[in-house]
Amino acid sequence: MPGMLKIIFGNLFKKRATRLYPFEKRAPFENARGSMDFAHMENCIFCNLCAKNCPPKAITVDRANKRNALDPLRCIQCGVCAEACPKKVIEMRGQYNEPCYAKRTHVAAQVVKCAQTPPEQK
Amino acid sequence: MVKSTITFGPQHPVFPEPIQFILKVVDEKVVLAEPQIGYVHRGIEKAFELNDPKDNIFLAERICGICPAPHTTAYVRGVESLMGIEAPPRAKYIRTIMNELNRIHSHILWAGLLGDAIGFESYFMQTWNYREKVLDAIEKISGHRVTYAMNAIGGVRRDMTNEQLRGLEKTMDYVESSLENIEDVMKDYTIKKRTQGIGILTEEEARRDGAVGPTARASGISQDLRTSGYDAYGDLKFEPVVVNNCDSYGRFAVRWQELKQSIDLIRQCIVKMPSGEILTKSNNPMNGEAISRVEAPRGELFYYIKGNGSKKLERVKVRTPTFANIIPTVTMLSKGCQVADVSVIVLSMDPCISCTER
Ligand code: SF4
Ligand code: SF4
Repeated sequence: MPGMLKIIFGNLFKKRATRLYPFEKRAPFENARGSMDFAHMENCIFCNLCAKNCPPKAITVDRANKRNALDPLRCIQCGVCAEACPKKVIEMRGQYNEPCYAKRTHVAAQVVKCAQTPPEQK
Repeated sequence: MVKSTITFGPQHPVFPEPIQFILKVVDEKVVLAEPQIGYVHRGIEKAFELNDPKDNIFLAERICGICPAPHTTAYVRGVESLMGIEAPPRAKYIRTIMNELNRIHSHILWAGLLGDAIGFESYFMQTWNYREKVLDAIEKISGHRVTYAMNAIGGVRRDMTNEQLRGLEKTMDYVESSLENIEDVMKDYTIKKRTQGIGILTEEEARRDGAVGPTARASGISQDLRTSGYDAYGDLKFEPVVVNNCDSYGRFAVRWQELKQSIDLIRQCIVKMPSGEILTKSNNPMNGEAISRVEAPRGELFYYIKGNGSKKLERVKVRTPTFANIIPTVTMLSKGCQVADVSVIVLSMDPCISCTER
């Protein structure tokens, strides 16, 4: 019984063990593969290596319009594209993707940054 | 005697995964159990033939959400032997560490699920809380908590820094002390009442039905593929954990001791970690057949890989440990257990249905 009381009072004044998730996020670990990002698009030479190496084929490289697109719901955050890119365009960010309501619109909105011409508004 | 039929699963509160047992019951006693599987078949073996062999690593990883490390290890070891290459020593040690971390988290997960099946919810909460620290350690090393993506054909993709090794050591200390906290559960009267003498599988039956892994080792069969010395296991000192209880309690005890063994193996790996390369690159054609077996947390995992010299593999066959353990489970169930014990017996072999059906 005294042991139990100790635990009860200890728990009353202890810090919360859980996190209020969407408002309070844990800082990602170093090197975590949370999501993939075309971070330095200005360096991209549209060599198609990222798209060729991507296991689920989530990347499309559009050389004519100078833009790359990622289907974030196909991407498995493996980081192969970041390793394959000769110009270090792609970076793996630590933070995971936000949950989304609709598959299609989210995918279209993710047509990523481009080098020269801005993407059409979708 | 009137026989009635009870269908147990596929959606059942205590089953983490979809498997169905059709139980023939007389009074409260089960006299016959028929397993039904096939609820989560995804055709992954066929997909292996359509993809590039190096993309298949990520596919093998997704066969099972609990043991990605043994699946990818078995796959890359098979492909490596087809290509006639070998991973460098450091890569082998890193693979071994990932496999053992995988075993620790899988066994803790299982202990929690067993507590849940018995009705001991706070045990479930505590064990999964400790498991979280193991997953964090995995994420710090590999970048992801569930799909590690560490293995590559010819080695591993990420090296481990010295800080990571020190951090891993600390995590192991933490896990060891937290397991000591909850070790007394094994001596608890209620736990013994629910597991001792329940789900008997004698050594003879285990051999006849082809049980693998902790299920076999709890029946007194000293069978652990790690003793064959693949990867770094040849350099490490350990003995397979064997107990002779032959019941659910024995399977609990085997896994509990294996947790400690895995912690010890990881410590040995940290001390003996060689330096050097982590990847052997090769473009050799894949020709011929290869068999690769590793010890997954649930038992022997078997990969058969056939190449025909072209860019793609001709056939990949996967036999997972749970598949081998289904027949022994039927034997355990059909011995006249109580309906209330069915969940404990089925859980005691640690079913993982999503990898069984691929
Ligand atoms: S691999 Fe790099 S440089 Fe080549 S297309 Fe992809 S992002 Fe651009
Ligand atoms: S992280 Fe992997 S899956 Fe995602 S885009 Fe890059 S290569 Fe493809």
